[in-house]
Amino acid sequence: MTATETVKYNDVVVRRFAIMAAVWGVAGMAVGVLIAAQLIWPALNFDTPWLTYGRLRPLHTNAVIFAFGGSALFAACYYIVQRTGQVRLFSDRLANFTFWGWQAVIVLALITLPLGITQGKEYAELEWPIDVLIAAVWIAYAIVFFGTLARRRVKHIYVSNWFFAAYIITIAVLHIVNNLALPVGLGKSYMIYTGVVDAMVQWWYGHNAVGFFLTAAFLGVAYYVIPKQAQRPLWSYPLSVVNFWSLIAVYMWAGPHHLLYTALPDWVQSLGMVFSIILLAPSISGTVNFLMTLSGAWRRLASDPILRFITVAACFYGLSTFEGSLLAVRSVNALSHYTDWTIAHVHSGALGWVAMIGVAALYMIIPRVTGREAMHSIRLIGVHFWLAFSGLLLYVTAMWVAGVRQGLMWSASNADGTLVYSFMDALRMTYPWYGVRLLGGILTLAGMLVMLYNVWQTVSVRETRATPATASGRA
Amino acid sequence: MPLLQQKIERHGIALGVLIAIVISAGGLVEVVPLYLTARSMPAAEGIHPYTPLALAGRDVYVREGCYGCHSQMIRTLRSETARYGAYSRAGESVYDRPFQFGSKRTGPDLARIGGRYTDEWHLQHLLDPRAVVPDSNMPAYAWLADQRVDPHEVERRMRALQKLGDPYSAQDLQSVSAQVQGHSELEALIAYLQGLGVTAQH
Repeated sequence: MTATETVKYNDVVVRRFAIMAAVWGVAGMAVGVLIAAQLIWPALNFDTPWLTYGRLRPLHTNAVIFAFGGSALFAACYYIVQRTGQVRLFSDRLANFTFWGWQAVIVLALITLPLGITQGKEYAELEWPIDVLIAAVWIAYAIVFFGTLARRRVKHIYVSNWFFAAYIITIAVLHIVNNLALPVGLGKSYMIYTGVVDAMVQWWYGHNAVGFFLTAAFLGVAYYVIPKQAQRPLWSYPLSVVNFWSLIAVYMWAGPHHLLYTALPDWVQSLGMVFSIILLAPSISGTVNFLMTLSGAWRRLASDPILRFITVAACFYGLSTFEGSLLAVRSVNALSHYTDWTIAHVHSGALGWVAMIGVAALYMIIPRVTGREAMHSIRLIGVHFWLAFSGLLLYVTAMWVAGVRQGLMWSASNADGTLVYSFMDALRMTYPWYGVRLLGGILTLAGMLVMLYNVWQTVSVRETRATPATASGRA
Repeated sequence: MPLLQQKIERHGIALGVLIAIVISAGGLVEVVPLYLTARSMPAAEGIHPYTPLALAGRDVYVREGCYGCHSQMIRTLRSETARYGAYSRAGESVYDRPFQFGSKRTGPDLARIGGRYTDEWHLQHLLDPRAVVPDSNMPAYAWLADQRVDPHEVERRMRALQKLGDPYSAQDLQSVSAQVQGHSELEALIAYLQGLGVTAQH
């Protein structure tokens, strides 16, 4: 995209979100390392309510998904929608509101979750006053995004923006429906749904929070950064169309695979399973498209660490979404459900796909919105890559082995039908693997610290450069 | 189809509307019928709204995030019923706001834990899990012994649940103070745990 005319982009809000993504990434993963250690040494709960695993685990998930992932998405989305439309963001004031509003949500989460103020639904723990603020920020976000699209100066809406549009609309619907509750004071509310219905609504939400926040939206990022960094056009336009429509149509049906063999009606379980297998369509079309776009740029892997992040992301998009369909098959789920295999699956997606593509996008965007040629240190990006990649492999392998063994031990029976192992036998087997997982987490966190340092160095010397932050030719 | 796609790609509003239609289908088919039938779903035999003390305990269970490690959903698999007892039925969780199925068993399932151990065992276990289960990695919850249940708060919560349709009577609401006054959150939590699944055991 080479604009002949200079457009003054709003890069201030992009820069703020990008920097906060790096900060929250460190914070969220640090909490992850602490709770991983608590599962080995319970003394690390310090007999203190607000440091206890049960309260910190939601803090970890919210911080990495909504604080790190969310801030990275806002940054990338605002950056991409301006460049692909050759137009400035629709409203600076509203865009500013989304930044401060989203950071306020994160700070409130940081305070309330350790205090035990929670709705008790996974990934929807935040209580109703914060939910109202989230809804307000999201509506402002939708106005900024669609307003910018409406004013675009390029006729065709670029594929990244289809994904962003779908994610913004869907998250709004999911958030509102899953959080309908009757308040009892400021810090407590009761869901309007109970039992099985609440479970169905929650996993319709939970699965699609993953499907749209962590998959569709980051696909939007990938469709921009992959061709850009590989310096090659997107391999197949029709495949991207297949990827988009099959993903958004099918994902919303797949939630019940979180509830197989439970008290949920059988027909809903079967629908969930079937649609989860159809999800192989977006999985394969996206992966093939990314890898074929990257092929031809392979020789640059040695010199370009950002391209390495992107390549691993493309592979793990394929691997973890394929695994997702596999885990949704009843007979596999019978073994895997409730075990650490689920944790392995989540982190192969979160660390292998979301974090890799998110980090790559941040490394690409931050110099461009701070008027620098490149990040402070390319070598440190390489260091970050190896820390992140080895951390990912250790983490996922450990939890995969532990999960499969838990499933096998829980279901093993003697010839007379009695169970072979006690619950504690399986936990004792798991401890060494929790150790390996902790090591993987520490490496991952170390990588994020390297990134934060690199970002800080890049941003803080910005003032010494004369280049304005609003050049258009480099979009 | 390619032509249609090309038109959509040039029209932001059409794209948005089409997205909204496409993403709504799954929820309309899977969630709405369930929601409508559940309104008429009866509670399983022997399942009553939580007593004031058990309700206070349930809310402690939610506050402390116990569901992060303990499921309350025994699946229809022989290995599960052999370990935990009769499989869970939909009618058992009609008073659970939010539902407590869980998604991960770092600790065992609790759907049928009621009556399996004595109150004294639970007390010791919650004060110091490793005193009774040496290799356990569960956090200690000793501080719950020092926190009193607030009768006014429990009554307020029961009134809210009544508004949502849980069948609490005026008498139930009057009895709150007598039932929870002076009890610790630890005792409330034990009352909750001891009531789990007691009606459906073998």
